[in-house]
Amino acid sequence: MALAVAGKVAAEMATKDLLRFITCGSVDDGKSTLIGRLLHDSKLIFDDQLSALVRDSERHGTVEDDIDFALLVDGLEAEREQGITIDVAYRFFATARRSFIVADTPGHEQYTRNMATGASNADLAIILVDARKGVLVQTRRHSLICSLLGIRHVVLAVNKMDLVGYDQGTFDRIVAEYLPFGVQLGFKSIVPLPISARFGDNVIRAGNTPWYTGPSLLDYLEQVEVEGEAFDQPFRFPVQWVNRPNLDFRGYAGTVVSGTIGPGDPVVVASSGKTSRIRELLTYEGPQTSARAGDAITITLTDEVDIARGDLLVTPQSRPEVSDQFAAHVIWMSDHDLVPGRSYLARIGTRTTAVTVTGIKYKVDVNTREHLATHTLGLNDIGVCNLATGMPVAFDPYRENRRTGSFIIIDRFTNHTVGAGMIDFGLRRGTNLHWQPLLIGKAERSAIKRQRAAIVWFTGLSGSGKSTIANIVEQRLHAMGHHTMLLDGDNVRHGLNRDLGFTEADRVENIRRSGEVAKLMTEAGLIVLCSFISPYAAERIAVRNLVGEGEFVEVFVDTPLEECMRRDSKGLYAKARAGKIKNFTGFDAPYEAPETPEIHLRTLEAPAEAMADMVIGELTRRQIISPH
Amino acid sequence: MQGGTNPPREALPGHLKRLEAESIEIMREVAAEFSKPVMLYSIGKDSSVMLHLAVKAFHPAPLPFPLMHVDTTWKFREMIAFRDRTVERVGANLIVYVNREGVERGIGPIASGSSLHTHVMKTEALKQALDLHGFDAAFGGARRDEEKSRAKERIFSFRSPGHIWDPRNQRPELWNLFNTRINAGESIRVFPLSNWTELDIWHYIMLENIPVVPLYFAKPRPVVRRAGTWIMVDDERLPMEPGEAPEMRLVRFRTLGCYPLTGAIESDATTLDDILAEMRTARVSERQGRLIDSDEASSMEKKKREGYF
Repeated sequence: MALAVAGKVAAEMATKDLLRFITCGSVDDGKSTLIGRLLHDSKLIFDDQLSALVRDSERHGTVEDDIDFALLVDGLEAEREQGITIDVAYRFFATARRSFIVADTPGHEQYTRNMATGASNADLAIILVDARKGVLVQTRRHSLICSLLGIRHVVLAVNKMDLVGYDQGTFDRIVAEYLPFGVQLGFKSIVPLPISARFGDNVIRAGNTPWYTGPSLLDYLEQVEVEGEAFDQPFRFPVQWVNRPNLDFRGYAGTVVSGTIGPGDPVVVASSGKTSRIRELLTYEGPQTSARAGDAITITLTDEVDIARGDLLVTPQSRPEVSDQFAAHVIWMSDHDLVPGRSYLARIGTRTTAVTVTGIKYKVDVNTREHLATHTLGLNDIGVCNLATGMPVAFDPYRENRRTGSFIIIDRFTNHTVGAGMIDFGLRRGTNLHWQPLLIGKAERSAIKRQRAAIVWFTGLSGSGKSTIANIVEQRLHAMGHHTMLLDGDNVRHGLNRDLGFTEADRVENIRRSGEVAKLMTEAGLIVLCSFISPYAAERIAVRNLVGEGEFVEVFVDTPLEECMRRDSKGLYAKARAGKIKNFTGFDAPYEAPETPEIHLRTLEAPAEAMADMVIGELTRRQIISPH
Repeated sequence: MQGGTNPPREALPGHLKRLEAESIEIMREVAAEFSKPVMLYSIGKDSSVMLHLAVKAFHPAPLPFPLMHVDTTWKFREMIAFRDRTVERVGANLIVYVNREGVERGIGPIASGSSLHTHVMKTEALKQALDLHGFDAAFGGARRDEEKSRAKERIFSFRSPGHIWDPRNQRPELWNLFNTRINAGESIRVFPLSNWTELDIWHYIMLENIPVVPLYFAKPRPVVRRAGTWIMVDDERLPMEPGEAPEMRLVRFRTLGCYPLTGAIESDATTLDDILAEMRTARVSERQGRLIDSDEASSMEKKKREGYF
């Protein structure tokens, strides 16, 4: 059935487009009520949903003798019970002209991350203000977040006009107070509207406000022109998936994030600088004559170029920045504070790479916009940071391109999304620092020693027996004629790391430096035995990633805390118990046990000599040393 | 199946084009990031659209993952026939999984009630099937407009070992940057149709000429009145109440599931255009025809936490 024979309903919908918006406001400003009202008055609430609503209103409702529309959107049980919105909810409605996706987000400060999530994909924000309370701290916070996330169009919905007698003076005063602030934030349009979500004034139909001559909220949402897709911006195409069904076809599947492209147009792989031309723009419907922002396509090129997932194809006329260091606004989303120096993962475009926050310039007070000095970012903090990635990445400033300028930060250990970032600009300081190529490498240096270079990393609680076992292992290896080095946590702290303490950040830096030293020694061809408590999994993974596959052998010296405390060979547990040492691992600081160590030594089961034998056996099995 | 007969791209209105591209992007993301994905294929209209989008996403390559149908053994016969035709037409790999232990225990919608039947034959069966094959990502055709707790679910929805969903501890999902990282034993449920509405689905089916199960179109069918809705007598397993006899009524289905649990509506909508016109005036949501959702308050959220799709 083609469109021509389709009927009236389909014809009406043929020119429809999509608007994504977010509603924000503080907890009692009536966001959910407004959405419920929009859905109800545009007849998008079905009868069975309405009767469920009446049932729920009687049970949980906060509005007397009335249907509580908020219950319609607060979907989780906990939300209905507590009468608050916890998470982002997406609601859908449509008119003849437009489809709408609404992100309903919580207003509390502790849910800043949820608001940022809702705003990240929105074209427009409705900022609700209670007419009785006027512009509040929250109003400013929500506006700032919307602005940071790149929203350019704002509706200032002055709600609960019924409670101020639909008074024009009240409305005008609020608008006059908001406008200068909103203009500072760089919004392209700010449209003030007096409404009553509870009674429906100016939501869909004109309300009890004869002095207001503008459109109703829905009229405005139907008509507002937003940027939508970035057709006029430079061409950007992150390669998502290489489509290679057979030897004769090699296509790059992905979605055009900005610009327009056609067959024959030149393209550049941003990170490598390799060039080619578009041969075909393929979709299921066949080759296309052009593709533009928002189109999911498969590109074939005229040349064989080395391209993989994560690469960004761009127009040669306007290239993105390529750098391994940049400055960005970061929103922290985890209960665990950001640790500068720790290796996280960043997802930027279709590329995943290691990322480290190398410095926090300042934290933004979301209520006053003041810049505050800080060493870390906690949950819901927004900071301006310098970051370094594991490899050079291609990006545009977020202000110019939301899709190529955004990234998320993932914790390596928990895999949680712990942060979101918006790139401000690249830092090119490192550009003139090049690698000096060396003619003799790790392989040559270790071959002459008849061994394979490796890091053997002993981790475990204080007093678990790490150093004891490592020392025996080194004696054995030495006796076998192997070239070794033993790095001990205590010893390193006397020199290289004597400026470091025992806070989480200092522990991270301690391991980072020690890992780098161990890596240098493997490049010298040595078998490097490292004995460090190293309580955090993320840092152990970071060291593992410094060296090649199979060159990092993690040895978990597994001694129960009670046993370590009983031995207390250095008397440290006694001091910790007496409160003389802070942040003592296992006591008042965490130890993240390895989940899949290469060698797991349960020390209660056998003496240290037997443990050392197990390590030697495993090193032999892994062909780091050859059997004797 | 090169789509030469499909209408040109311009036929899609802007909002459907955006939804289509978003779904394709999600599917490609899964193919690129996971080692063993699977597409849960439940035969209904949403699955039809999801499968159609998948074929588009990977063209000209074949689907890089199998389809899987968790069969409760109580689906409409026409659904099973349609499933087998579709799989052949698309050339996909289909896994059919039945919880044999449930069958042996005699679990069924009539003998055991909808709640136990759904738990054992759908939720438990699904978990068994996912574990058996070791799938690390599973596509589902759920939409956020279907139900309140679905409205809060992520597009890439994390499941801890045991397939548990923790709605209070979901990963934030910003822009189109999906966090696909999991440890061994964990998995992700992926919902590429999250942002589609029921109307979008039908509109797209019409414009793209996508085959759907004939049960969606009105036809005289043998039905009995149960719990305020029409239940089709699809085979001899549906026991008649004393004095009850099937009558022929012009009915159709808005959603499809186990036939004794799926209510039909009286309708004369025999074409896609009729269906769209009918939806314009519909006053009840599609899930109202499902007897399983109203078992208890918050029942969908509860089922989902336990591993239901």
